Amino acid sequence: MVKTEIKLKGLTLKNPVMTASGTFGYGEEYADFVDLSELGGIIVKGTTLHHREGNPYPRMAETPMGMLNCVGLQNKGVDYFIETIYPRIKDFETNVIVNVSGSNIDDYVTAAAKIDALHNIPAIELNVSCPNVKQGGMAFGVTCSGIEQVVKAVREVYNKHLIVKLSPNVTNIAEIALAAEAAGADSVSLINTLLGMAIDAETRKPILSMVTGGLSGACVKPVALRMVWQVSKAVKIPVIGLGGISSATDAIEFLLAGASAIQIGTANFIDPAISGKVAKGIVEYCEKHGVEDVNDLVGGLIL
Amino acid sequence: MKKIIDFHIIEKQTFQRAALLKLKSATQLPEIRGGQFVNVRVDGCDHAYLRRPISIHDVDYQNNTIDLLIQEKHEGTKKLCALPVGATVNVVLPLGNGFTMPEKDDNILLVGGGIGIAPLLYFAKQCNYLHNINFLLGGRTQSDLMLLDRFSNEGDVFITTNDGSMGEKGFVTEHSLWNTMKINKIYACGPMPMMKAVAKLAREKGIWCEVSLENQMACGIGACLCCVENTKEGNLCVCKEGPVFNIERLLW
Repeated sequence: MVKTEIKLKGLTLKNPVMTASGTFGYGEEYADFVDLSELGGIIVKGTTLHHREGNPYPRMAETPMGMLNCVGLQNKGVDYFIETIYPRIKDFETNVIVNVSGSNIDDYVTAAAKIDALHNIPAIELNVSCPNVKQGGMAFGVTCSGIEQVVKAVREVYNKHLIVKLSPNVTNIAEIALAAEAAGADSVSLINTLLGMAIDAETRKPILSMVTGGLSGACVKPVALRMVWQVSKAVKIPVIGLGGISSATDAIEFLLAGASAIQIGTANFIDPAISGKVAKGIVEYCEKHGVEDVNDLVGGLIL
Repeated sequence: MKKIIDFHIIEKQTFQRAALLKLKSATQLPEIRGGQFVNVRVDGCDHAYLRRPISIHDVDYQNNTIDLLIQEKHEGTKKLCALPVGATVNVVLPLGNGFTMPEKDDNILLVGGGIGIAPLLYFAKQCNYLHNINFLLGGRTQSDLMLLDRFSNEGDVFITTNDGSMGEKGFVTEHSLWNTMKINKIYACGPMPMMKAVAKLAREKGIWCEVSLENQMACGIGACLCCVENTKEGNLCVCKEGPVFNIERLLW
């Protein structure tokens, strides 16, 4: 029997597999395809203090082995989440984690404090890396001082496990991760989407309404793997790896690079049952390779 | 309940730029409403990372088959249309809301343009409790109008083509039936300009009207929020809250 439990500070995952924010709705959308109790956690859609309509259509462009999106954090705000969605999802037999975003520090703090009061939400993921909003979002996540400010402020009001989701759109992601750690993050997750662009040569126009968007999917995996490796060497807090993970083998690679847990994102669109398959596949890998505890794989890269 | 099923292609008919695939499932089909769609994985195509949403043309519960009428648009749909009999096709279904079923004394008109005719057949079959069903199908030219015998089995078929090669010349909104036929519900699926023209006509005539949208999708199940239509209720997912919308909810 392979031991799959992962302990992050104050947050226990039954296995290292979580689903990435913005790709898994509130979990309900996938309940026909995945037994949610077989997952380590689900990270629900980015939530902001106030209602956001998001960006205009078109919000998506398909790219070779990936996609660009500029959804722009469409959500009905944290109060709607607490009143309407939380009661429906709070008893899922997995960790339900809320991704929190904002346009300014006060918004982050207020939303985080409200979610702190929700008994069945054991963690939040602070989104300082959304490339699709004009104010805030990625602006906080691309400088050390920006990330320190927002993480410190949220840390003062948020008492449970605080994940900080990092942007890959930086020169040195390890420095940013260190700044998040110093400011009080309990873990970091990476990578958010890579800033990209698509053009229609026939019309000479951009495909996305916002011109640029965030690239995700299998094509970003090598970049994500490299960044997870760099960050895990730099920080002492756990690293949660994501970016293009589409199979158990991909997940194992992230664990070897230093991730203590992983998230599955865009691959959920291609196979809505993939998250459960990856959780099972990790166990099969361990059985095949004589690994008794998944934790033994973390940072197990042989150089 | 939504399912992911590996179907096998058991019959295929090809058209100029389209193909009709009959897909058989080894397991029981979930219940499907007219106007719902499927999301089809495209294997072995570098240009199709995401699934392709395709409307459901027909369903046979006894044999566990569904028919998909697929138009070749880009690389992904070309790949699907080129699949041979016997090939496996991975499908997520059924998705979306489907058309609102009519009352039994309603006089309905099903308006289809181009490949948008596809979902109207299965919906018409579900409406078999009506005394009569009328189809108004439009194409640029005769070869756009496929499988007409299937439609005429379910109701009366009226046709327009832009070039006049079949039926009345012009757009569906220009057909003479609008002056004579008693209609109290319109269901439309087709290119956006056609649906907007049908919606405008329906408003002018004060006729209840539903349209089926095909905004570009990623997940197909309401998770990614890519396919939104800006409506009177804000941005709604075409894949989950649609694809069928009453025109009174739309901003056009």
